[in-house]
Amino acid sequence: MRYSILTLLAQAATGNRHWRPAWRDAEPKRAYDVVIVGGGGHGLATAYYLARVHGITNVAVLEKSYIGSGNVGRNTTIVRSNYLLPGNVPFYEWSLKLWEGLEQELNYNAMVSQRGVMNLFHTDAQRDSFVRRGNSMRMHGVDAELLDVAAVRKIAPFLDFENARFPIRGGLLQRRGGTVRHDAVAWGFARAADGLGVDIIQNCEVTGIRVERRRALGVETSRGFIGAGTIGLACAGNSSRVASYAGLRLPIESHVLQAFVSEGLKPVIPCVITFGAGHFYVSQSDKGGLVFGGDIDGYNSYAQRGNLAAVEDVCEGAMALMPFLGRIRLLRSWGGVMDMTMDGSPIIDRTPIDRLYLNAGWCYGGFKATPASGWCFAHLIARNESHQFSAAYRLDRFAAGRVIDEKGQGPHPNRH
Amino acid sequence: MRISCPQCGERGHDEFAYYGDANLRRPDPTRPDAEAAFCDYVYLRDNPAGVHRELWYHAHGCHSWLIVERDTRTHAIGAVTEARVPAAPPVEG
Repeated sequence: MRYSILTLLAQAATGNRHWRPAWRDAEPKRAYDVVIVGGGGHGLATAYYLARVHGITNVAVLEKSYIGSGNVGRNTTIVRSNYLLPGNVPFYEWSLKLWEGLEQELNYNAMVSQRGVMNLFHTDAQRDSFVRRGNSMRMHGVDAELLDVAAVRKIAPFLDFENARFPIRGGLLQRRGGTVRHDAVAWGFARAADGLGVDIIQNCEVTGIRVERRRALGVETSRGFIGAGTIGLACAGNSSRVASYAGLRLPIESHVLQAFVSEGLKPVIPCVITFGAGHFYVSQSDKGGLVFGGDIDGYNSYAQRGNLAAVEDVCEGAMALMPFLGRIRLLRSWGGVMDMTMDGSPIIDRTPIDRLYLNAGWCYGGFKATPASGWCFAHLIARNESHQFSAAYRLDRFAAGRVIDEKGQGPHPNRH
Repeated sequence: MRISCPQCGERGHDEFAYYGDANLRRPDPTRPDAEAAFCDYVYLRDNPAGVHRELWYHAHGCHSWLIVERDTRTHAIGAVTEARVPAAPPVEG
């Protein structure tokens, strides 16, 4: 069923009794050309682009829980392409371009809102580094504007500009950045992939990978063995666990990141705003709640919840930037498991096992990458060669010394 | 999450700095395969979902390096020992 104003009116006129599920609840077949492990945003996007761009439709997406249960429904919904390094900028810019056309492409309202992303700076040195990043973006054809204090004040007059420790000196604005309704991304890709013939199999946990003579043959699951011509892993925080079924060790640690939402307010925060002197980012959802987050907790974790020290740190950042937030009550907080790599950048590559491909290491920036990750991973699986935009995301870059370390933190996953 | 420091007693984890997997052992640089061994040592991790032996430094306390056994699925903390006392045979690589 194609969604349009006409279907909406027709359904309304008949009491909304004839809506069909957005995707089939598929039973697993014995074998597929491609099996994607992980029904998150990246796995679903990969399946969609495999079918849509490469014509490969005999595809299954295996999800251990239900669609939308993992990080795709747990993030702070921010999309942007304001990166510094040449290995990253074209990839994230392609992702932003795909976001811009996504709703028409999927025939699904994902509430893509290009309300802007404004990174604040607080010192002269930080201004220099933001100028450098803005220049790098513009040299790659990405929009970036350096704002002085007056321009920041015009956008967000409620900030604590004269804070004694962290006075605001200006900001770097990417107007094309913004937010996207995260669950709708999962549902939209699932529905569109299903419409092209992809089987989305929920409650089907992969418990093993069958490998013979260093070639992957299929996956053992909680619903039996499923043969696969090719296997693509898109398991986010569980990447190390699933890769270990094929005997692989990855340059990844799993860490917990918390996110928060406040009670609903009238419109106050017009764009995404990030604090430059701590780690705090905030936007306001269309329902009115402030959606915000900060650093990961900092220790290995597979629990989808964190501790109070990180909550305190985020709230201190919030108070330093926007003192009025002190009057607002927190409604919810939750945690997601992040696949933190050793250089803070992702991996989209072959593995030492033939016909086994890896999409992992998204750290806590995976949501914005969803469409480009699917696009590039589908390209790799279909053609067995890296897409030009993900060519730097090699698994062997650590051994080769070609790490992509945006923050310059070295091989410490909890510092990226 | 509270860690029982052998010197200071039970303290909040925010008094401690985290330094990751305690099972890693620096390889012998004179080994013929030292380059590959160092690459594994610096970059590859077991990253278990379950009990993890890990290093914590009591930065805001007694400055001890500790080995903490912690379940990464539940954050439940088991044995805490001082890192300078070898608690297990070293694992090469």
